[in-house]
Amino acid sequence: MSVALVIVSHSAQLADGVVELAAQMARNVELRAAGGTDDGRIGTSFDKVNDAVTELRAAGHDVAILTDLGSATMTVESVLDFLDEEELEHVKFSDGPLVEGAVAAAVTAQVGGDLDAVVAAGRARELFG
Amino acid sequence: MSDTLSVAWALAWIRGAQAVLAENRETLNDLDRAIGDGDHGENMDRGMKAVVGKLADGAEDVQGVLKVVASTLMSVVGGAAGPLYGTAFLRAAKATEGDVDADGAVAIVAGALEGIVARGKATTGEKTMVDSWSPALDAAKAVAESGGTAAEAFRAAAEAASKGSDDTIPLRASKGRASYLGERSMGHRDPGSLSTTLILKAAADAAEAA
Repeated sequence: MSVALVIVSHSAQLADGVVELAAQMARNVELRAAGGTDDGRIGTSFDKVNDAVTELRAAGHDVAILTDLGSATMTVESVLDFLDEEELEHVKFSDGPLVEGAVAAAVTAQVGGDLDAVVAAGRARELFG
Repeated sequence: MSDTLSVAWALAWIRGAQAVLAENRETLNDLDRAIGDGDHGENMDRGMKAVVGKLADGAEDVQGVLKVVASTLMSVVGGAAGPLYGTAFLRAAKATEGDVDADGAVAIVAGALEGIVARGKATTGEKTMVDSWSPALDAAKAVAESGGTAAEAFRAAAEAASKGSDDTIPLRASKGRASYLGERSMGHRDPGSLSTTLILKAAADAAEAA
């Protein structure tokens, strides 16, 4: 089962940009941007994140989610709260720096890493010594 | 004034909260501009207007009202207040069954605080809405334990929340984006503590009118 990424940012442009950047080194990885609110403001959208996760799961992917700031993380955690325990084995939050984390996670997914490996790469701890 | 609060109270509470948050939209934006991203008033106003729209046809019971508030705020608000208040109302809904007596009022405030702490991982003294919800719970509990009514419990909660909000002014923020300001966050009221106070005041006002 391949791992897909959902990039959650307060800014739609930032989410799209991170997807663009990460895709450069991970051509076969499904990358979804979930940026901005439903009406195009700065913020995050429960429904955008939830829809991306639902679609990727329906397509058979495991899903790693990355965020830009604390309130985006709270939105993601709210989405995860609504999933049952079995789904939580397949959908995980990767708590790292968004740009480096997304690139590291996407490359790990590209070379066939499983969900835990992708989530660990997204945390990108090694980048900070 | 009735001793137990029904769905009519819950609807009046939420409509009252919407009105008072709309009135205080610019105040909340200004507070948030000082130590955050400046959109708390706008976000709460937008969220509560959507909630009131969803509740136009009423609801079956108090729990039903709280659930609509939770899911709508979570979807519509966009800022940190969405998941925080969304989770607060969701836990409050889960803690509610039937009409609300004084113990029920405590359960609502306790559920809300528990949800906010679970979501935001903040504790008291960090210059967040927890600094209003936590004393509010203590005050509501004291009223219920001494045999007071639900309306009295909500009034005590609102007054304690207001005091808690005042007490955030000198604090240095250690959660959220306000924490990036370090010492410069001191001297400003936390906007979430004010929206919390307004929401609890609306609950008390509606309870006293029920």
